[in-house]
Amino acid sequence: MRNVGIVSFAQSNARAEVRNEVEFLLPVVKEAVARSGMERTDIEFTCSGSSDFLQGQPFAFVLALDGVGAWPPIKESHVEMDGAFALYEAWVKIQTGEVDSAIIYSFGKTSPGDLAEVVALQLDPYCVTQLWPDADSVAGIQARLFLERSGKSERDLAEIAARSRRDAQDNPHAVTKGDFDVEKLLAEPYRTSPLRDHDCPTNTDGATVMVIAAEEKARELSKRPVWIRGIDHRIDPPALGVRDLTSAPSAELAASKAGVGSDKVDFAELDAPYTHQELILREALGLADDLRVNPSGGSLCSRTLFSCGLNRIGDAFERIAAGDGDRAVAHATQGHCLQQNLVCVLEGE
Amino acid sequence: MSDEANEIKAIVTPVRLDYDFTAGLAATQFLRGLEQKKIIGARSGPGAPVMVPPRGADPRTSELVTESVEVSDKGTVVTYSVIRVPSDNIKFELPYVCINVLLDGAGVGMFHVLQKCPLDEVRIGMRVQAKWVSDDQLSPNVASIDYFEPIDEPDVTYEQIRENT
Repeated sequence: MRNVGIVSFAQSNARAEVRNEVEFLLPVVKEAVARSGMERTDIEFTCSGSSDFLQGQPFAFVLALDGVGAWPPIKESHVEMDGAFALYEAWVKIQTGEVDSAIIYSFGKTSPGDLAEVVALQLDPYCVTQLWPDADSVAGIQARLFLERSGKSERDLAEIAARSRRDAQDNPHAVTKGDFDVEKLLAEPYRTSPLRDHDCPTNTDGATVMVIAAEEKARELSKRPVWIRGIDHRIDPPALGVRDLTSAPSAELAASKAGVGSDKVDFAELDAPYTHQELILREALGLADDLRVNPSGGSLCSRTLFSCGLNRIGDAFERIAAGDGDRAVAHATQGHCLQQNLVCVLEGE
Repeated sequence: MSDEANEIKAIVTPVRLDYDFTAGLAATQFLRGLEQKKIIGARSGPGAPVMVPPRGADPRTSELVTESVEVSDKGTVVTYSVIRVPSDNIKFELPYVCINVLLDGAGVGMFHVLQKCPLDEVRIGMRVQAKWVSDDQLSPNVASIDYFEPIDEPDVTYEQIRENT
C-alpha cells in the first residue's frame, strides 16, 4: 500500500446559488489548487462526483469540466456518487502507481427541483417510486423503527440538532446554525413523524474540491501531512425492508475494513443528514458514546448532496492539519436510509 | 415461473419533475440580450477570446468570464453539415444546413441553422447574418434567431478563421 495524503481542500455552500455549476465550481477549484502548492497542470488525475438529476440537466458533469481546466486534455473520470467515492477511485488510482497526485471535485445543485421528490427516483422505479415516498418520508420510517428498537427519544434527536447547529457556528460554510432551545425545537410540528424540520437536513448548493498525493509529494507539500490510513466502501441491498433499517451493516463492514477500531479516535465527521442516522452510525462504527461527532455541524446543517460526504472528509482533514486532533473517522453515505457507506480513517503525522 | 402468455412488457408509471433553470451570471446576459436582438458574449479579460454563448468560463484557460462583450449578428461559416435525418424536434424542412458560425468579434463558433441558401452553394468561409424572429416573438432563447442567411460580402479565407474553427 502507498501512503496517500490529503494536501488541500476547499468548499462552498449556499442555500441557493444564482451562479451555474461552472461559475460556482471554478473558484473552489482555484482555491484548492492554490492551497495545494501544485500547478493545476501538474496534477495527474481528475475524478468527480455529481448527479444530473439534481439540476434536471443531462451530462451536467461534462459541462462542469469548463470550470475545472480540461485544456490541455486531462485524464479524467466521474462517478454518479458523492465526491467521497470519487476520492476512493483517485486513491485506488494512486495505489496502482499510475499517478502520484489527483484532484477530486464534486458539486450539487439541490435548489432547482423538489429535492425530496428527485431523490425518490433512486428507489425501485416499478414498484416503489410511483407511490412517491419522498426522501424525508423514507427517513421517517427508519427513524420510527430506530426509536422503537433503541429506546431513544425524540428529545435525543432534538439534542443532536441543537448540538450540531451550535457547533456549526464556528463553520463559515455551514448554512443553518445558531443557539436553539431543545424545548422549542420539540414544540415544532412534525414534518414526517417522528421527524421534525430540525431532524432533516438543510439542503444547499455548492462545490467541494480536494487534492491528494502519494507520500513523497504529500510530505513536500504539507506542513503537517494528513494521511488516509484506511478507506473502504460497502453497499446494502436497496429495497426497503430487506435489511434491518435500524442498522447500517455496510457502514459497520467498511469501518472494520478501514481500521476504525485499531486505535483511539479523537473525533468523527459523519455524513448523517437526519438526526437519528448519527445514532445508527455511532453504533455501526463502534464509536464511544462521548466521542465528539460533527464538530463542523455536519450534513444536517448544510447538505449539498453529492458533495457533503467529501465535505465531511475535508472538514476532518482541516481540523487535523490545524492540530486539533490526531486521528479521525470521516464518513460518507449515499442512497436511502444509509444504504451505501464509505468510511475513511485520517491520521496526522 | 415462466409463462409467456402472462408476461408483462410494460407498466405505466408517470414521472414528472419540474426544475428551475439556473442560467448563471454570464448566460443570463446572453439570453437577456437575445430578447433585444443583441448577441452578448463574455470574456475573461481584455484580449481574451469572447465566448458565445458564454457558460461562465473560458474552457481553455479555466478563468471565469467577467466581462460582457456584444458581438455582431454577422459572421463567417466555419463549418457546416447538410442534415437529412428526420426528427420530431426539427422545425426545418429536410434537407437543411446546420452551421458553426464565427460571429464578428467572437472567439469561438456558435452552432445554428442556415436557410435561404441552395445546398450546393454552402461553403466554409461564406458570410452570413442572423435572421431574427418578429419583435413580438423575441424571448430569452437562441430560437430568437430564426436562422442565419447568406449576405453579399466576400468570403473569408480558411487561413483567417483556422484559429477559431
